[in-house]
Amino acid sequence: MAQPEVLSQAFELGFTYTRSTGPVVGKFLTGLRDRTISGIKASDGRVIVPPMEYDPQTAAALTEFVEVGQQGEIVSWCWVKQPRAAHPIQQPFAWAMIRLDGADVAMIHCVVADAEEQLFTGARVSAVWADETRGYITDIRCFEIAGGQDSE
Amino acid sequence: MSEDTAAVTRIETPIYLKYNFTAGSAPARFLARIREGVLTGQRCPRCANVYIPPRGSCPACGVATEEEVVLPDKGTVQSFTVVAIPIPNNPIKPPFVIANLVLDGANLSFIHLMSECENSEVRIGQRVQAVWKPSSEWTHAMDNIRYFKSIDEPDVPIEKIGKLPLSGWEG
Amino acid sequence: MKDIAIVAFSQSDCLARAGAANEVELIMPQLRAVFSQVGLNNAQDVDFVCSGSCDYLQGAAFAFVAGVDALGAVPPIKESHVEMDAAWALYESILKIRMGQADSALIYGFGKSSSGELPIVLSQQLDPYYLAPLWVDTVSLAAMQARMLLEKELITERAMAQVVARARMHGRNNPHAQLGGEVSVDELLAAPTFVSPLRESDCAPVADGAAAMIICTPDKAREWGVPYALISGIDHRIETHNLGMRDLTDSVSTRLAAQTAGVSRGPVEVAEVYAPFSHQEIILGRALGLGDETVINPSGGVMVGNLMMASGLSRLGEVFRRIVSGEVSRGVAHATSGPCLQHNLVAVLESA
Repeated sequence: MAQPEVLSQAFELGFTYTRSTGPVVGKFLTGLRDRTISGIKASDGRVIVPPMEYDPQTAAALTEFVEVGQQGEIVSWCWVKQPRAAHPIQQPFAWAMIRLDGADVAMIHCVVADAEEQLFTGARVSAVWADETRGYITDIRCFEIAGGQDSE
Repeated sequence: MSEDTAAVTRIETPIYLKYNFTAGSAPARFLARIREGVLTGQRCPRCANVYIPPRGSCPACGVATEEEVVLPDKGTVQSFTVVAIPIPNNPIKPPFVIANLVLDGANLSFIHLMSECENSEVRIGQRVQAVWKPSSEWTHAMDNIRYFKSIDEPDVPIEKIGKLPLSGWEG
Repeated sequence: MKDIAIVAFSQSDCLARAGAANEVELIMPQLRAVFSQVGLNNAQDVDFVCSGSCDYLQGAAFAFVAGVDALGAVPPIKESHVEMDAAWALYESILKIRMGQADSALIYGFGKSSSGELPIVLSQQLDPYYLAPLWVDTVSLAAMQARMLLEKELITERAMAQVVARARMHGRNNPHAQLGGEVSVDELLAAPTFVSPLRESDCAPVADGAAAMIICTPDKAREWGVPYALISGIDHRIETHNLGMRDLTDSVSTRLAAQTAGVSRGPVEVAEVYAPFSHQEIILGRALGLGDETVINPSGGVMVGNLMMASGLSRLGEVFRRIVSGEVSRGVAHATSGPCLQHNLVAVLESA
């Protein structure tokens, strides 16, 4: 049988979800809107940022919020040379696991820097807020290398 | 200002994903022929049922359908509904009729619009024929057929719907 | 506990783009192949059918339902589906047989990832509040995992390249492979990074395609009169979705699943592991406790072609083929799902 011609059509699929946050996520996002970052204490005392509702080890409901710093340290990172269209940054940037001051668990966010050479594990970064904060993880627009390595 | 102090309880998290949809081999062959105004089904080598539009398999037997069968543009109403609400982004004004139609020589219905008929008189077993767009407007699409219209032939009894030969209904 | 026999397996070529083939057309050749290996007609001849796929890959709602058209489901059959790799469809089928509700099952997995941008599609399986809105892609997450291993000196870039070179060499003998051939470690290391520290060669090439398998009780296999391999142990474990709380340099879930599946109860001659990134093969080899006596990924593994939603099932299929051919008598198969090896399934296969 002859191969049929390949007929194709580009399309965009949209899922316009609205999500209920629940009290724990809601409190964290409310904090972001007010330009603060909070974590939650796990059963073993570790501070998890962003907060989880239940302890992944004991399944206990977590309730004790702790405000953490807006600066922290890179635990691991990668350099995206060619951002994808969906990425929040459209110039070469880094994704990083960042342990904020006062937190024990790293969070994932993007880091904007001029060049890959500015990034290293252990580098200090600080949160850059969006012009308008609305209660979303993207209220933190990105992190950037903190001025001066020994500033703390 | 109350918006600024109320706790966040809901967030909008829309997901938009871009894809490139590719028609399957069997649908692509069907669409290539309908672009020329020809309706082509595919016959199951095991049970001999004819499917249009074809998907590449006989869903009853689970085998590939490769033999192509050119079908007439006449058929029978297997079921229908009168729709009283508009289709978003579609110029068709309600009330309109959407019907399950089986072409002569085919064994499975597809869905299309009916017009040039009294909505109140549409019935199971009614004979219909395609009303095509002008050939200059034909594309790789089932809506090269604008709609099906009622034709003056005797109704098909329910037990014969979906079992007519290519030659159609003798009444 | 009822033993489970694998009696048939087939996998499609790994194609970067399957072109016009739709779900049914991808699946059907593999189903015909496994039916003919056993001498069956269609899905009416097995007691249960379970498939694994993810409609988000091709952006076609209910693509998995369209796939049912390949089965011969008239009169109605007992059918189920997991929105996961078909290795988990196999797991469900094994439970069905062990509960005494079936003596045989057909399992298949398929995916047409080329329709969308896979790493971005997969970003939407992450935490919907904290990660999905950032669109963190899965390659980037794996890259951060690789850097942790590199900087803790648990692996080297050279070791990662060796994984790739060996996979490509094995891929030469795999007729379904997308990649295969001689490539030197130095050549691989000379290439620039893609998402640093990963090079493009460290990432499995995404492929369209399908795989199918038939399993049954040993009694049924003898009745059918076909050669079979036994699944002597299987388990799967999942870790927290919070990547910050996992030890990404290890695979604790694989380690646990390997223990309960009984990996160490005998020699492992061959292991087929589902490692979509080169460094993950090293993590998995350690978590499974594999040593020099084990040939890892003789098929080339997914580094020579990654059939999303079918590659996990194919790992079992590859070990099955080698046991039935008499090449080996005991092997291990592994499947993974989720970012950075979050969810892992381990199975031990033995000759009958």
